[in-house]
Amino acid sequence: MSIAGWLQIILVLALVVVAAVPLGGYIVRVLAGEHNLLSPVLAPVERGFYRAAGVDERKEHGWLAYTMAMLIFSLFHLLVLYAMQRLQNYLPLDPKGFDPVAPDLAFNTSMSFVTNTNWQNYAGETTLTHFVQMLGLTVHNFLSPAVGLAMAVALARAFIRSEARTIGNFWVDMTRATLYVMLPLAVIVAVALVVLGVPQTLLGSVEATTLEGAKQVISLGPIASQEAIKELGTNGGGFLNANSAHPFENPNAWSNMLEIWALLVIPVATIFAFGRMVGDARQGLSLLWTMAIVLIVGIVAIYAAESYGNPILTALGVDPSLGNFEGKEVRFGQAMTALFATATTGTSTGAVNAMHDSLTPLGGLVPMFNMLLGCITPGGVGSGLYGIIVVALLSVFVAGLMVGRTPEYLGKKIEAREMKFVMFALLIYAVNVLGFAAASAIAPFVVGDSGYLGNKGPHGLSEIIYAFASTNGNNGSAFAGLNGNNLWFNTTLAFAMFLGRFGYVVPVLALAGSLAAKKKVAPSAGTFPTTGPHFVGLLLGVIIILYLLQYFPALALGPVVEHFLMLNGKSF
Amino acid sequence: MVQHFRPAIVLIVLMTLLTGVLYPFAITGFANVVFPHRAGGSMILRDGNVIGSALIGQNFTSDKYFHGRPSATNTPDPNDPTKNVDAPYNAANSGASNYGATSQALIDRVKADVESWHKAGIAGPIPADAVTTSASGLDPDISPANALLQVARVAKARNLPEDKVRAVVTAAIEGRALGVIGEPRVNVLELNLALDALPAT
Repeated sequence: MSIAGWLQIILVLALVVVAAVPLGGYIVRVLAGEHNLLSPVLAPVERGFYRAAGVDERKEHGWLAYTMAMLIFSLFHLLVLYAMQRLQNYLPLDPKGFDPVAPDLAFNTSMSFVTNTNWQNYAGETTLTHFVQMLGLTVHNFLSPAVGLAMAVALARAFIRSEARTIGNFWVDMTRATLYVMLPLAVIVAVALVVLGVPQTLLGSVEATTLEGAKQVISLGPIASQEAIKELGTNGGGFLNANSAHPFENPNAWSNMLEIWALLVIPVATIFAFGRMVGDARQGLSLLWTMAIVLIVGIVAIYAAESYGNPILTALGVDPSLGNFEGKEVRFGQAMTALFATATTGTSTGAVNAMHDSLTPLGGLVPMFNMLLGCITPGGVGSGLYGIIVVALLSVFVAGLMVGRTPEYLGKKIEAREMKFVMFALLIYAVNVLGFAAASAIAPFVVGDSGYLGNKGPHGLSEIIYAFASTNGNNGSAFAGLNGNNLWFNTTLAFAMFLGRFGYVVPVLALAGSLAAKKKVAPSAGTFPTTGPHFVGLLLGVIIILYLLQYFPALALGPVVEHFLMLNGKSF
Repeated sequence: MVQHFRPAIVLIVLMTLLTGVLYPFAITGFANVVFPHRAGGSMILRDGNVIGSALIGQNFTSDKYFHGRPSATNTPDPNDPTKNVDAPYNAANSGASNYGATSQALIDRVKADVESWHKAGIAGPIPADAVTTSASGLDPDISPANALLQVARVAKARNLPEDKVRAVVTAAIEGRALGVIGEPRVNVLELNLALDALPAT
């Protein structure tokens, strides 16, 4: 670890907070339909969209209509992406002449993008045409986070309203999130990335003759435009197979800092926005501190573990001063790799600037644990806010049980009905991850010698757990030694993504409906305060106890045991 | 339920036009007018021919050039498309080894690479970047320590004094911007181009 490394980490995190405060205020104004900086340009576009779509922007939805609109929109968009992939050989912008994508892979990829996961069983540069990348994937990269932001704001409204029947208009929320939040930021970041050297061209590839006279075919494409929204929308699906480790997606230290900033800024801003919406900035801050503590502990752990290096290789005569360097890029170094890996899994981004499969066992444990939490530190666009609120409700419930009072959160009584929705959402995660991982771990065609695992021993189990933690948490990063492009994983991972997104948000929106209908009560002497270090401590305690109880046995058999085997020089 | 069909379909179409057509094409147009070199992949031309990208590593094997890091990229086997064969620095198919820390395959490969450095007369610990594959398989950089260890070999192959080659390497080392941002590194392709540009002695 070095001082320069720590300074870079602190600098990026500081820039995120500095930008997130005003952006949070902007998000509140935009989603309330107030006049803002971009209204002169975008308000006519917005009105035109509503007119064409037959949307009355003043008419709000109850939770059920809101949910149905979201589900139908997502289903239709999933079908569009599936059709594009299956028909890509008939569509334009196909400079390399690709075949149609196979049905199971196309299904997996469609589910992956509609759920904001962006798990990649495909390799971009050898599978997908520019048409699919631009009109398919890039559009999903805008709309899936916009849908997430819409749902988060709908849940936040439930806390400010009293005895309300509606939680907002899905079409309006989604349109405003796309037009005013995602699009302008994407333009700014895409231009900045081009300036920093990220290619943006309609060419498919260029053939070079190297200094030694060999042919080198270099894949290209409209990379910058997709890279920008890939990070901002906490999507993570790379244009190229190596994702943000590829020099074209992430050419230097500056682009690396910009990309980490971009993937953190909207989730953090959304928490500030929540504080403003409920009229008490401290409510947002207590959630943000909880997230920040988990994130910072993760950064320290991964930076320390990776800087120490791999003792097995050190014994072979490798200089450990650069740290564990397999699967890493020279230009990023350990500090900015540690920050990227923590931030990309604390959010639901899943872009990578190093191969997580080659992290040390404890280094790899950090992203795995972040994703097992459901990516809520600080979470995906929108999904981070509703995810942490679910945990906060569980925490006030636990506190309420301890003191024997009906728990409240932001003036809403949390009763049996709400707790059932909360538990339903949380249990879906556990069943989804552990169920699919267990089924895969006992399937001979997965774990056998000619199976789908890239590594043997406990690391093989880690690959399986990581895959379902990632898809369930809608993250999308991978221990990529696992071969996911086969019928088993294309299908099971797609279902894990489906349940991790829609199985989770339907109870969350039902919760929003239930809370909105309740009367808002003034805090009394018996109200448990949900601000300050006390509450942060409670939230952290609940997170640690809840998730360690669920996942410790699995983690003990994977990364933890591998760590001790590595220290003893054991290999597989 | 049916009342949601129209907004769903219309908004998907309009958003596709806005974010899937207008947005990427506008960025493409801007990039190619204002920054054509970067938009095209920072290609390096010599005598009018593309010899590579400044951002993408190449597979150097000759003694007279500095070598990049080992690369784990591959390509489909021409004889059996269901299998892959090694193809270092294949810039049409980026990728990594994905070996975990306790992987025997990783250990065997690193052991062999360390031994070949030792055989070439380099004593002591080998810089980690010289015996590990990168995340993209296309890493354009090596560490300064790695470059300096190769000076003797390159100087001998080129019949140049070592000091002269070392001076080229030292000039090619990029430090941290403002003393903080980035990592010390040497771009191998640019270093080799600088060597080729040395006046003949």
